[in-house]
Amino acid sequence: MAFLTNFYVFLFYFAALVLVTGLVFKIAQYTMTPAPLKIPTTPAPTTTRGVVLRMTREVVLFESLFRGNKWTWIFGWMFHFGLLLVTLRHLRYFMEPVWFPIQLVQPFGIYGGMAMIVGLGGLWARRFLVDRVRYISSPSDHLILALLVLIGCTGLLMKFVFHTDVVEIKAFFLGLYTYEIQPLPADPLLLLHLFLVALLMIVFPYSKLLHAPGLFFSPTRNQADNPREVRHIAPWAKQLEQK
Amino acid sequence: MAKATFVVPELTQYTEVPAVTPGAMAHSLPFVAKPEFQGALGFPGELVDDWQAKAIDKMGDLLGKYRSLRVYMDACVKCGACTDKCHYFLGTGDPKNMPVGRQDLMRKVYRRYFTLAGRFFPTLVGAEDFTKEVLDDWYSYFHQCSQCRRCSVFCPYGIDTAEISMAAREIMDSIGVGQKYCNEIIAKVYKIGNNLGLPGPALVDTLEGLEEDVFDDTGVKVRFPIDEEGAEILLVTPSADFFAEPHVDGLIGYAKVFHEAGVSWTMSSHASEAANFGMFIGSYENMRRVSQRIREAAIKLKVKRIVFGECGHAWRVAYSFLNTLAGPWDFLDPRYPVPQHICEFTHDLIQRGKLTFDKSENVDKVLTYHDSCNVARASRMGDVPGGQFDIPRDIIRAVCNHFYDMDEDTIRDRTFCCGGGGGLLTDDLMELRVKGAKPRLDALNNVMQEKGVTHMAAICAICKTQFSKVLPYYGMEMDQIISLHQLVGDAIVLTPGPDDDAEDDDRDDADDPNEE
Repeated sequence: MAFLTNFYVFLFYFAALVLVTGLVFKIAQYTMTPAPLKIPTTPAPTTTRGVVLRMTREVVLFESLFRGNKWTWIFGWMFHFGLLLVTLRHLRYFMEPVWFPIQLVQPFGIYGGMAMIVGLGGLWARRFLVDRVRYISSPSDHLILALLVLIGCTGLLMKFVFHTDVVEIKAFFLGLYTYEIQPLPADPLLLLHLFLVALLMIVFPYSKLLHAPGLFFSPTRNQADNPREVRHIAPWAKQLEQK
Repeated sequence: MAKATFVVPELTQYTEVPAVTPGAMAHSLPFVAKPEFQGALGFPGELVDDWQAKAIDKMGDLLGKYRSLRVYMDACVKCGACTDKCHYFLGTGDPKNMPVGRQDLMRKVYRRYFTLAGRFFPTLVGAEDFTKEVLDDWYSYFHQCSQCRRCSVFCPYGIDTAEISMAAREIMDSIGVGQKYCNEIIAKVYKIGNNLGLPGPALVDTLEGLEEDVFDDTGVKVRFPIDEEGAEILLVTPSADFFAEPHVDGLIGYAKVFHEAGVSWTMSSHASEAANFGMFIGSYENMRRVSQRIREAAIKLKVKRIVFGECGHAWRVAYSFLNTLAGPWDFLDPRYPVPQHICEFTHDLIQRGKLTFDKSENVDKVLTYHDSCNVARASRMGDVPGGQFDIPRDIIRAVCNHFYDMDEDTIRDRTFCCGGGGGLLTDDLMELRVKGAKPRLDALNNVMQEKGVTHMAAICAICKTQFSKVLPYYGMEMDQIISLHQLVGDAIVLTPGPDDDAEDDDRDDADDPNEE
């Protein structure tokens, strides 16, 4: 038992380290790479405030995807919104006392878990049923869907069928903050669930999951349409002018 | 009638999404640029020895210079929203013409050499070595993208395939694999001043001819000045406008508008080209060098304003990039945006009631309007977003009685490319051009049947040339495509100048040219 607990302690420290350093590296890389030309997809907002609104609509409502494909949008949005609710619900394992908003969100987190599975199912079905999407899918696209579906299913199973000791789990995670090792319940479903979550954290900065930070750096979406008013020039392009 | 060596698709009422047909367009290859033209642009003449290593280096260089490329290589989740948006896919069914399919040609190389996952688990993430086969695929399919940005409208992350095909062409140029059409044209701009290679004296000659034609037609002396120092406005227009129908009717339209506006204007033999093919090949340096001609001409001719003629991607470079590439424009009149589009100029005069039109001149035409891709999705006109859609339509309504838009899904920012943009307007890509025009022509055919539309107006030299060429393949007439400013020019009521009556005598004297 001690071995298992120790293994998971190590696993989560490692996964958190990879996730944070990987993301910090990627975000720094995106930040430091200049966008030498004004390339917003027009019509585009002309002010920074407008850009914030556009970006908010993209992040919250998936506006462009809505215009692009209604099926992908409905399944994609269900999955992401479900995942958000599930994540909020899970925050109770990481704080003591539990914030009031997190207490409120608890029942919705369960519906979120179900929506997540349905959304993932729809997205996965498209990878088999639509010839164009089948053509562009590589093994990693299926594996990431499998990983998320498994995380969702093991979670729901623990909620509804094979209960586990959530008090001990909470103690385990709170203990990680202060480097105090607390025993983890040895339920196979829980161990699988946690293992897959750690795996997700590890692959995040090295996979297409980078779309999450990437969206905020997309020049076609985050630039204001004001090239005639404001001269935009990248440092490397400025050097050409001194020649 | 055009003869096709391939099967021309049947037009359908609505464009249907074809089944995926791998390899359907793998045979499509543009001619390769000759070494002399490569050299003029600063590229190696032919495929260099260690091309693979050089190409990977160049890719690394571009990844550090362009945030768009960096982010777009990582962010795609293969959701498929773009897969049915590209006119070349809709016209050919080739999956490498799906935007994501095209991007993946580069993404698989990126993953192999620039990501951990691709280095260690290539098959898992679809990473591949940069082999000669991959390079051949690049050459074929990155020359089947017209950089129209329709895919970027629908992508949840705004991934713009144009950015990727530009980078791919830049990488190929850097290892000596250039496309003849684009690179020869850029070399011509450096050598002669414009894409068509029309030398200064030929321009002067053409413009004199136009002055005579317009005078014979209207009895009013409308000037077509070139290289006139001290004029208020420098007009920069695609060289096609000097050369052929339907373009030249647009130029006549601009001249009549300037005449009525009562402003002095001039063209320049040094910057006798609005187009900037440097963008098509993704080369910042070449795009900048081509743009600098406009700055030089503006300084030399001491103008106060710059106005661009009808040209789609030229307007993208002008509106979005000119300030970056050739600015700052602090020596011009700050009361006007730099540059302005001729449609903005005309629209403003209409708003202020400065132009009089006789709409009956266009009564034989029922119009629709083709939003050119680069104007629609990569630029603006006027003060508010979307002005690029409304201003040209307002102008058409002011000069014509009958106007109908095409299907909502095929206009404004969802417009379809004509099929010839992005450096593909060459006869060696005829099959691609014809098939890529299908989605636009489906929609055009629809309004022809339902609304009796006879003509389609456009504000892009490439669109006009492309449609003149491909309309006959689909059983339509080549002259159904017209310049927006032809409509303006035909309907405008000209004010005779003080000396228009006694004109015939001193007109020949006035010939003495402005050439130095």
